[in-house]
Amino acid sequence: MTELTHLTISEARDGLKAKTFSATELTQAHIAAVEKARALNAYVLETPEKALAMAKASDEKIAKGEARPMEGIPLGIKDLFCTQGVVSTAASKILGNFNPPYESTVTQNLWNDGAVMLGKLNMDEFAMGSSNETSAFGPVVSPWRREGSNVSAGASGQIEGTHLVPGGSSGGSAAAVAAHLCLGATATDTGGSIRQPAAFTGTVGIKPTYGRVSRWGTVAFASSLDQAGPITRTVRDAAIMLRSMASPDAKDTTCVDLPVPEYEAAVTRGVKGLKIGIPKEYRVDGMSPEIEKLWRQGAEWLRAAGAEIVEVSLPHTKYALPAYYIVAPAEASSNLARYDGVRYGLRENGRDIVDLYEKTRAAGFGREVKRRIMIGTYVLSAGYYDAYYVRAQKIRTLIKRDFEEVYAQGVHAILTPATPSAAFGIGEKGSGDPVEMYLNDIFTVTVNMAGLPGLAVPAGLDSQGLPLGLQLIGRAFDEETLFAAGQVIEDAAGRIKLPQPWWA
Amino acid sequence: MSVDEKTVRRIAHLARIAVTDEEVPHLQGELNAILSFVEQLNEVNVDGVEPMTSVTPMTMKKRQDGVTDGGYPEKIVQNAPVTEDDFFLVPKVVE
Repeated sequence: MTELTHLTISEARDGLKAKTFSATELTQAHIAAVEKARALNAYVLETPEKALAMAKASDEKIAKGEARPMEGIPLGIKDLFCTQGVVSTAASKILGNFNPPYESTVTQNLWNDGAVMLGKLNMDEFAMGSSNETSAFGPVVSPWRREGSNVSAGASGQIEGTHLVPGGSSGGSAAAVAAHLCLGATATDTGGSIRQPAAFTGTVGIKPTYGRVSRWGTVAFASSLDQAGPITRTVRDAAIMLRSMASPDAKDTTCVDLPVPEYEAAVTRGVKGLKIGIPKEYRVDGMSPEIEKLWRQGAEWLRAAGAEIVEVSLPHTKYALPAYYIVAPAEASSNLARYDGVRYGLRENGRDIVDLYEKTRAAGFGREVKRRIMIGTYVLSAGYYDAYYVRAQKIRTLIKRDFEEVYAQGVHAILTPATPSAAFGIGEKGSGDPVEMYLNDIFTVTVNMAGLPGLAVPAGLDSQGLPLGLQLIGRAFDEETLFAAGQVIEDAAGRIKLPQPWWA
Repeated sequence: MSVDEKTVRRIAHLARIAVTDEEVPHLQGELNAILSFVEQLNEVNVDGVEPMTSVTPMTMKKRQDGVTDGGYPEKIVQNAPVTEDDFFLVPKVVE
């Protein structure tokens, strides 16, 4: 029998149903794997007692023949989701030991469907970052190593050698899924934070259409861009998990009242007769030939499966990233105003209320978060609002219009690379110039700006043996086509062989 | 556009983040790097373009104007650093 931690969600579901193993056994196997992988720093909080209690409840449901769609499936939860009675920090010092008296809609939906929580996953502070290096808990170590790399787990259980980043901001989620420390993980994506780490770790990640998943109870970064989605090891698993995460929600006015489709049924639909667009503006200067080759290969796989490949134009692509770095910090500066040292989290005393605010926020926020709050404050300040913020929102209209025009020509989905490179080393990027790090999101950020769904699927390895991903961008609320096309790529590329547990 | 040290201090104060003298030059450099990166947006002709207000067209949800939740002040203040009798405590604001 395959090791229990190496099953996919769909295989685990079948095994539980057939009573080949119990939910308790499945959970115990994962708890043991998580304990042995602490050197990766993927989990910031392990909740084994809670996991075993939930697994026991799942076993009872299964025994009664009342299994729900995610019954007994052990998951990791990004620490951006508030979980009742379990400390939720957004990987920031400012939230301290915040213990939410409520449950986020996404996690509640998963528990209602029978899923099991293994613990909370590391991430960039407030989801601001592309490498998981901004976390107050320290960076996450990617389970992937370059061929011939010297990285190992030393005798002390500490990592030795220059390791790779798992991407970010959902770096803990991607690393945990790739290292078999959970069967799937929740994640969030504001500019690429699901898709880029999925691409860096050989996993599947989908950012749904804006409004498909409730944002209630998820710590806010940029409210008009944030969406939650799953990171899993297969396209089918992503479909199963998104089906449970999504729902209409009266508590989030931006969450749509559309019924959630049976995404899993779309996985085997194929792409025959679909028109797939290849946007010429994504051929950026200095793009690695390996990525370009993989992109062509992806188009070829879809063509071979019956899709029509057409070149399309999205002329405002290059402006998406700079416009994002106005819109997202502006919204963040407003959202993060709530961390005032009064109602929850850290407090540093001051001589008056303003001094208390300033000292608390100086001590509680990390450098990247402070930088973004300040940029946001500046672009929203009197005299600069029109020149920066309003202009960026106009450009956002143009970016969305580009996609609408392409879809109006009958294109069903768009194929692009997921990232401009494979994973890089810790400390390699962004230490001097923050923009160097921001460029990681160049292919993913347009999708958030236009509110569309985007799926990252592993498509091959580069010459260093590291995974590379392709991105499929869909029409609004047509995640089903992405699952269908994603499965074609997964079938053609073959499932990526994930790293052996060198850390255990 | 670029910011000088005085502007950095003003933004920090508006954002209610205390900055030390050593931090100011670093922040100035980083903020200017971002501002110079976004400068390219000036190339785009945005005449007659409406600024985006809602990325997904949707009708505003309405609900009954009634109390649906609440009645547990102890839960509201349970995570606060300093409280007294279910109130948040702050330094004296009014003399």
